[in-house]
Amino acid sequence: MNIHEYQGKQLLRDYGVAASKGIAAFSPDEAVSAAKELGTDVFVVKAQIHAGGRGKAGGVKIAKNLDEVRAYAKELLGKTLVTHQTGPEGKEVKRLLIEEGADIKKEYYISLVVDRATDRVTLMGSEEGGMDIEEVAEATPEKIFKEVVDPVVGLTGFQARRMAFNMNIPAHLVNKAAKFMTGLYQVFVDKDASIVEINPLVVTGDDNVLALDAKFNFDDNALFRHKDIVELRDFDEEDAKEIEASKYDLSYISLDGNIGCMVNGAGLAMATMDTINYYGGSPANFLDVGGGATAEKVTEAFKIILSDDNVKGIFVNIFGGIMKCDVIAEGVITAAKEVGLEVPLVVRLEGTNVDRGKELLNESGLNIIAAGSMADGAQKIVEIVG
Amino acid sequence: MSIYIDKNTKVVVQGITGGTAKFHTQQMLEYGTKIVAGVTPGKGGTEVEGVPVFNTMEEAVKATGANVSVIYVPAPFAADAILEAVDAELDMAICITEHIPVLDMVKVVRYMEGKKTRLVGPNCPGVITPEECKIGIMPGYIHTKGHVGVISRSGTLTYEAVHQLSEAGIGQTTAVGIGGDPVNGTNFIDVLKEFNEDEDTYAVVMIGEIGGTAEEEAAEWIKANMKKPVVGFIGGQTAPPGKRMGHAGAIISGGKGTADEKIKALNNAGVEVAETPSVIGETLIKVIKEKGLYDKCKTH
Repeated sequence: MNIHEYQGKQLLRDYGVAASKGIAAFSPDEAVSAAKELGTDVFVVKAQIHAGGRGKAGGVKIAKNLDEVRAYAKELLGKTLVTHQTGPEGKEVKRLLIEEGADIKKEYYISLVVDRATDRVTLMGSEEGGMDIEEVAEATPEKIFKEVVDPVVGLTGFQARRMAFNMNIPAHLVNKAAKFMTGLYQVFVDKDASIVEINPLVVTGDDNVLALDAKFNFDDNALFRHKDIVELRDFDEEDAKEIEASKYDLSYISLDGNIGCMVNGAGLAMATMDTINYYGGSPANFLDVGGGATAEKVTEAFKIILSDDNVKGIFVNIFGGIMKCDVIAEGVITAAKEVGLEVPLVVRLEGTNVDRGKELLNESGLNIIAAGSMADGAQKIVEIVG
Repeated sequence: MSIYIDKNTKVVVQGITGGTAKFHTQQMLEYGTKIVAGVTPGKGGTEVEGVPVFNTMEEAVKATGANVSVIYVPAPFAADAILEAVDAELDMAICITEHIPVLDMVKVVRYMEGKKTRLVGPNCPGVITPEECKIGIMPGYIHTKGHVGVISRSGTLTYEAVHQLSEAGIGQTTAVGIGGDPVNGTNFIDVLKEFNEDEDTYAVVMIGEIGGTAEEEAAEWIKANMKKPVVGFIGGQTAPPGKRMGHAGAIISGGKGTADEKIKALNNAGVEVAETPSVIGETLIKVIKEKGLYDKCKTH
């Protein structure tokens, strides 16, 4: 789960980690009163969307007075921002963050991630702040430093100081920077984050070390123990079909093709997408109904697939191990009857109770094309959809 | 021969009184697995499917001599269940549970350093040595005894591959699901080493997917050490970057963890990679024929 920059900065402040001062606004009026409250000479009007690259896309504006704040707020609210992370359709701006202008002396980069290679939380830092860190890794890998954290002791003082020195933070500010990093680690583990990225971290003219941006991603599997984080979820930032699917514990991801897929198991679901592509088709979604799905869950899954107007055909690919084929068949039949099935449907069933499943589908009176294998099914649906 | 588990393995089921665990306990018993104990705190003294239930792992192991555990405990408590298995000094703990918080697993992996227990999973289908011992949730009937080892990050895709092998008359020594989580216990290389040493295994099928670099590391190891042919498949060749494809670990992030890189690394190590999941079996058969191993691998 992602949160907005202004929410992330509040979280940082709760942990004593310095972040630039600002107030969230949902309308131009709110933006102006936020600016009045800040009372600084210069304001920054920042679009709040769950994607990076906002600056380059025109989502961050410098305002020198309240009139400019109002003008920029009007311009940004309702505007669709297209960045390298939003996809071509972009994201509509519905929230703003009004901040005081900071006197930036230098920008740095700091992040925490769970590193799969070491099975540990890893602190990454660089003096190349404000840039895409992947570009820095490509061009000047020697400027990226890492500290691997032992979960028994957490991020230690010496590690944080070593990082600060490696990043060439001015010597008299190293302790401030180290305090920033240890605080950041504390938020990370306390809230079960999977990524925290501060880009840029800045040193200011008045010798402060603070977060000018804050990007948080949380481990969905740990949200059950963080009600406060769940409250920060912004449904406007998520795909409607993905939200609906998550209510039924279905793993669904929207794609831009026209063949709807329903599969059990994440690996098989990915492989099904690959196979459709291999035969020249394009999947409309990734959908894993899980190992122990009920007929009701399958029905909901089917409805979600059918709610996508791009879907011109559906491929159901089930290897029933624990998942029984007759349960899948029941779900498909119920859903098709409830919603009205107007697109071709190819079904491949294999595994537990396969004969009973096929029987049910045959008796249903629905126009279903049976497939003998995953490859056969993929070929058939691609041919039909064209 | 086989790896990790065989007909002598004594299994304890952690969380045995839950619905899923009960169902699979019954399935495993039916397959012939020696389940000697179950553990659910507070349910000690009861029975599930005739299996005695204990309050703690320590008691269960002392009373029954169990040496491998299988974990069906719900995600919020699963990490603790793994720690308890490690503390009880089992040979192996197989964690089926999905959705364990990743920072819980970071602590578990740290705790396991220098300890005796091997962890398989979490978020995995389990381990099966056909006709001897099935531990996990895989459908037993698709497996046949033989000489091909199988390792996979995905459950259903393993079934798909095993099914193809069995249909073609190629039995398996052991199939190991290592799971789809980013931080886990046993990795590809651990299992490859075992298959490499196992006299009864003549060839290996390795199924990976997008995310992380475990396949690349395995490829390097294969190139340097593997004496037996390996055939691969990588799921998620058409997955969009930045999206988590069901498994917590299946994500392309920062341009890393793509299927292309993995396939390239495997090919470089002499591993033939099946183009589609439907031809994993065919690809293996082609390779073992080339190596003159087909007759030895054909079991039925």
